[in-house]
Amino acid sequence: MMKKNKMRLVVIGNGMAGIRTIEELLKMSADEFDITVFGSEPQPNYNRILLSPVLSGEMSFKDTILNDWSWYEENHITLHTGKTVTKIDRLRCVVETEDGIVAPYDRLLIATGSNPIMLPVPGIDLPGVVGYRSIADVENMLGMTGEGMRAVVIGGGLLGLEAANGLSLRGMDVSVVHLCEWPMERQLDKVGGGLLQGALEKRGLKFYLSRQTEAILGETSVTGLRFKDGEEIPADLIVMSAGIRPNFALAKSAGIHCERGIVVSDTMQTYDPKIYAVGECVQHRGQTYGLVAPLFEQAKVAANHLAQYGRMRYEGSSVSTKLKVTGIDLFSAGDFNPAAGDDELLLQDAARGVYKKLVLRDNKLRGAVMYGDTVDGPWYFQMLRDGTDVSEMREHLLFGQMHLGDSGHGATSSVANMPDSAEICGCNGVRKGTIVNAIIEKKLFTLEEVRAHTKASASCGSCTGLVEALLANTLGGDYSAKPSKKPICGCTEHAHQDMQKTIRELGLKTIPEVMRALDWKTTDGCHVCRPALNYYLLAAWPGEYVDDSRSRFINERVHANIQKDGTYSVIPRIWGGVTSPAELRSIAEIAERYEVPTVHITGGQRIGLYGITKENLPKMWGELVEAGFVSGHAYGKSLRTVKTCVGSEWCRFGTQDSTAMGIQIEKMTWGSWTPHKFKIAVSGCPRNCAEATIKDFGVVCVDSGYEIHVGGNGGVKVRVTDFLCKVETEAEVLEYCGAFMQLYREEAHYLDRTAPWIERVGLAHIKRHIVDDAAGRTALYARFLESQHYSQDDPWKERAEGKEAHEYTALATIG
Amino acid sequence: MNWIQVGNLEDIPRQGSRVVNTAKGEIALFRSVDDQVFALNNRCPHKGGPLAQGIVHGKRVTCPLHSWVIDLESGSAVAPDTGCAHRHEVRIAHGVLFLEVEAGVCKA
Repeated sequence: MMKKNKMRLVVIGNGMAGIRTIEELLKMSADEFDITVFGSEPQPNYNRILLSPVLSGEMSFKDTILNDWSWYEENHITLHTGKTVTKIDRLRCVVETEDGIVAPYDRLLIATGSNPIMLPVPGIDLPGVVGYRSIADVENMLGMTGEGMRAVVIGGGLLGLEAANGLSLRGMDVSVVHLCEWPMERQLDKVGGGLLQGALEKRGLKFYLSRQTEAILGETSVTGLRFKDGEEIPADLIVMSAGIRPNFALAKSAGIHCERGIVVSDTMQTYDPKIYAVGECVQHRGQTYGLVAPLFEQAKVAANHLAQYGRMRYEGSSVSTKLKVTGIDLFSAGDFNPAAGDDELLLQDAARGVYKKLVLRDNKLRGAVMYGDTVDGPWYFQMLRDGTDVSEMREHLLFGQMHLGDSGHGATSSVANMPDSAEICGCNGVRKGTIVNAIIEKKLFTLEEVRAHTKASASCGSCTGLVEALLANTLGGDYSAKPSKKPICGCTEHAHQDMQKTIRELGLKTIPEVMRALDWKTTDGCHVCRPALNYYLLAAWPGEYVDDSRSRFINERVHANIQKDGTYSVIPRIWGGVTSPAELRSIAEIAERYEVPTVHITGGQRIGLYGITKENLPKMWGELVEAGFVSGHAYGKSLRTVKTCVGSEWCRFGTQDSTAMGIQIEKMTWGSWTPHKFKIAVSGCPRNCAEATIKDFGVVCVDSGYEIHVGGNGGVKVRVTDFLCKVETEAEVLEYCGAFMQLYREEAHYLDRTAPWIERVGLAHIKRHIVDDAAGRTALYARFLESQHYSQDDPWKERAEGKEAHEYTALATIG
Repeated sequence: MNWIQVGNLEDIPRQGSRVVNTAKGEIALFRSVDDQVFALNNRCPHKGGPLAQGIVHGKRVTCPLHSWVIDLESGSAVAPDTGCAHRHEVRIAHGVLFLEVEAGVCKA
């Protein structure tokens, strides 16, 4: 096929939405387009969200630039700044500026943003009345500020309050005029708004609430303002912040269908399919957006379609808000005004200045308002977007994630209050100050960028929540919103969520097939997506899919655990932790023969032999297999161990034969591959010596049967299991165990332990599938047993007999 | 240049790696998905991890110890990490691999 001529893409609007779309597009197909950008403002693309810190003096304009001039040059983008496009000729496919520049397009992207609403009152045109939307507005305001001068901000919304706070920090005497009874009524209920008002009054702001402006006073410049009730207040500067209005005049004049904004479809196309629109100027499914997170999601979708991948749809965004006023913590998301039938959970502590309100409908979060303590905002927001069933955690919900037994970060969650020296990432020794500096200096936006630059949360990932909280805290809440569907890695736009379903529905059977069908951007993926795809395929097609060892992490590829010096550990399976003198003798003799430097008893009741060279692995396994052992899979995302206590066979408290139960479970589950490692324990009585309540699947024997517990974790994030149900027979324990593991294998994302998986989907979901739906449980159990048919060949025996010998030998020895 | 025959292309799995032991230490040979072969010292510039045990993707390998990504053509760590696993020349002639084992170089 002949190479096409480059398509011409014209972008109207040099702001965050338009430029983000170009960035996304360049990532996908750098050479497909000749790009021309028109911007009315004279500056390159800057971060509009940071106008408030510039106004308050906490940042300089330079710090807010996202793409400097050289970025446009390096990417061969023709940039016209200070040029306003005044005409779109859709017949000839050209745009024209007021001063006569004409640019033809094959595709047009409109990202004209929004304008501040200027109230239609007398005096609105007087010098001294400014909007608050652009850096020019800020410069304008700064030119009029001065100690002791009086500013009035009309509009007590998010932006208005940020402007008021900024002007106050510049030494002005600031009043806020607002139409409603309390500030930020779109984000806060009355109580929250009252608390906010109090805090801002303490900082010296004055409020005029439930007031309507009738006229702005002054002859040659502003001198004051008159309310409808006749009262007048003096002012040297008036800031209009009564809302924004999508700027769609240009699109409308070109005959493009507009309502409250430019109407776009799920592909971000306007009614003219050659013309796309993103950002604050658009109306999508009846909604307009004024926060940055939705704009970025729209940009991704628009770029995907411009690049002719045609895969993604924009389905609307849930948004959360955070006020960027230093020292005031406020968070809101969703719909927090309860409708009939909704439940409202409230926590109010006037002395500590803490207020939280959650609105629930059908056991799902619909909205949240938090003031004073916003640490759990991102957690609530995630559950809100995921539609998590919260019925099981309802009693504790208001007290936050920490209180839930914590899937995360213990008492250290209040990142804002932590000192700069506090260690955030224990694996890589990264301190809070280092992360915050990197975010600011290197202008990092995403978790991945922070990982790349600081290594924080790049190893075990347990501090991911903290790092995200730091990002949110440093950049302002607009960035806290991680997309609810996060791509697996940079190779793809696709998230873990849909992978299993898509693979099954499209009948995809190999990694290259998946990559082709889903438009992978790299030829053969990377170390992040390939192991994930290999797992999903393995889970989807047991017995059929041929495991791709090249897409396995080294431990799973060579069936041993790599150590820091490149040697390996060998841990044979000891069923239920029960061994014998003969077994111990064989292990001892083998350990001596191979001069094993360290023999260690593991936490899972096994014996670990450490410091084995790779060449010796197959030989050593051969001898272990001869002695009756199989692989302990201590290296895999798989069933690890079933830990037991001695139970009723010996213990005077034992109620059931927990050891035999454990061995039965281990014989059934060994060799199974799971999204992450999976640990089981069986305790013979509620004294729980086998620590079953911090395992992925725990059985606690009682006199009348067996309690089943799920979703525990004893690692970095200690989490006690949730009680699932009680059963009466050993056969039921096996069935529930197999069914639970299968549900986890089919539903969890690769590298999710059961604890975060359960917290995401909710325990009620697990109960529905495992406890309530007997037929479903039986089917899950049957699928589990079916796939076990193919996975209980001992990998050590196979390799001792010569399979994959090239893994264990050098290619050559020379010199 | 001193070319030494070390084996055949078919001895290295696609997206895989094998090690050649030399007097100066191990050299890892990588075969990309499109059958190009690269050679680097088998030591990650970060903490000496055995690169030959990593996952090979595109013209890159990810170290098994701490997931540093090393560019196979240059031997350099992919930004923002910095460092270099020294690179050696490899030639494939009729499916036979020849390795050049001089000091190894760093390409900027």
